[in-house]
Amino acid sequence: MSRFLSRFEKLDRRWIFLLIALAVTLPLFVDLGMSPSSTPPVRDFYNQIERLPERSLVLCSFDYDPGGKAELSPMAYAVLRHLMSKNCRVVVITLWSTGPGLVEEVVNDVCRDEFHRQYGLDYCYLGFKEGREAVMVGMGRSIRETFPRDHYQTPIGQLPIMSDVQNYSSFPLLVNISSGYPGTKEYVQYVESRFAIPLISGASAVSVPEYAAYYTSGQLRGLLTGITGAAEYETLINRKGLAMIAMGGQTMGHLIIIFFILAGNLVYFVNRRGKAR
Amino acid sequence: MEFFWLTFAAFLTLAVFSFLYKDNPFYKFAEHLFVGVAAGYVVCVEFYNVFLPNLWRPLTNDGQWGLLIPFALGIALFTRFTSKWAWVSRWPMSIIIGTYAGLAVIGFASGDLVLQLQASMVPVISVPDVAAFTLRPGVISFLQVLANPVFTIGLICVLFYFFFSVEHRGTFRLISTTGTTLLMIGFGAGYGYTVMTRIALLFDRLYFLFVDWLHIAKV
Repeated sequence: MSRFLSRFEKLDRRWIFLLIALAVTLPLFVDLGMSPSSTPPVRDFYNQIERLPERSLVLCSFDYDPGGKAELSPMAYAVLRHLMSKNCRVVVITLWSTGPGLVEEVVNDVCRDEFHRQYGLDYCYLGFKEGREAVMVGMGRSIRETFPRDHYQTPIGQLPIMSDVQNYSSFPLLVNISSGYPGTKEYVQYVESRFAIPLISGASAVSVPEYAAYYTSGQLRGLLTGITGAAEYETLINRKGLAMIAMGGQTMGHLIIIFFILAGNLVYFVNRRGKAR
Repeated sequence: MEFFWLTFAAFLTLAVFSFLYKDNPFYKFAEHLFVGVAAGYVVCVEFYNVFLPNLWRPLTNDGQWGLLIPFALGIALFTRFTSKWAWVSRWPMSIIIGTYAGLAVIGFASGDLVLQLQASMVPVISVPDVAAFTLRPGVISFLQVLANPVFTIGLICVLFYFFFSVEHRGTFRLISTTGTTLLMIGFGAGYGYTVMTRIALLFDRLYFLFVDWLHIAKV
């Protein structure tokens, strides 16, 4: 027994990597039937969109890069699907220089290919603008001046969807999908508090401990937490996406990690007691 | 052609994963390629997205000569490369730092400090929660009643942990230790969220390998 415990304590970490990889891969081949129930922050997020009247104009800021794609792309897909199914119009921007291609793919997949909406009339993609907080504050003055052209270099004046848009007051809701800086924190600090626009956010799980305080204080009207939040949201809109598939991998991966944390501590204490004797 | 690029992306993913076994030339290749491409990409984005639309085109097409001032300040930043003229770069740096400090103070004060303080001042006993528990007794409604007292006590204990004007002994030690414990629970939750993010990243890559590239997974 003591020999086994001693060997376990010196287990090559590459075995742990392999086990986690196998555990996370398993749901790709076996349907584990994961369907998480929704939590209040996710339900609030859902209800904010659900309450919008038809043809509402919603501003979406999808601020992530390839590093955040795994968690945030499923959210962006789900949000746009929900907005499109509510027949809302959307204006999409990104404040991350490495995000334009990823966000364009999501917008085209959902708005153009899935819902067959007309560009410039039902949705538009203004693309990336450098300036971070300065862009956020600038849009509060004038979105036309901040984004004079869309992602495809079409002048804003030629897009019917933008004809009545002045600044944040033209939108009943701002949706931010954020992987870090600039993102939800900056939108709360510079936009929500100053321009009084309702803000809902989907964020990578690692950022959520910081953003949860904004949800509790009411500065965020809804909050999606990482891939779990995205899966809960997919459950609410009744549309299985990548997040729900990923939940199987999450569960299996976490089980392996929990096992090794418990086993590691157990072996450590047993070995320590043995050495003390 | 698409399959070629997918295969190349898969090769890079596997090359990065190979580091988990041990350092090797494939990993080094992927790492260096990534750093080089990322640096080149950022330079191109900044050139086409900042320099051309914000400075060059307004200057050359519209004759906005006032933009020569920020242009000169931008050029001045590069004087840091010479020891003789490095002091000139302090002028644009001071403007950048001053502007962002001003923005940050306003944002933090109005968006964070005041509203978070306001949100922290909750009644210790929430009458609506107590009424809800009385009407529908249950575990969830009971926990809801406990939420405000736990929050208030936790807030005081954690704040006290950072209060060093009194020696943490006796009752003060108990309060301080409670604060430390709550902080540890918070850090633990934060670590859990980090693990969740990392597993999501791994799943995304495995999904790419087995679904997008090899088409062998059943999803």
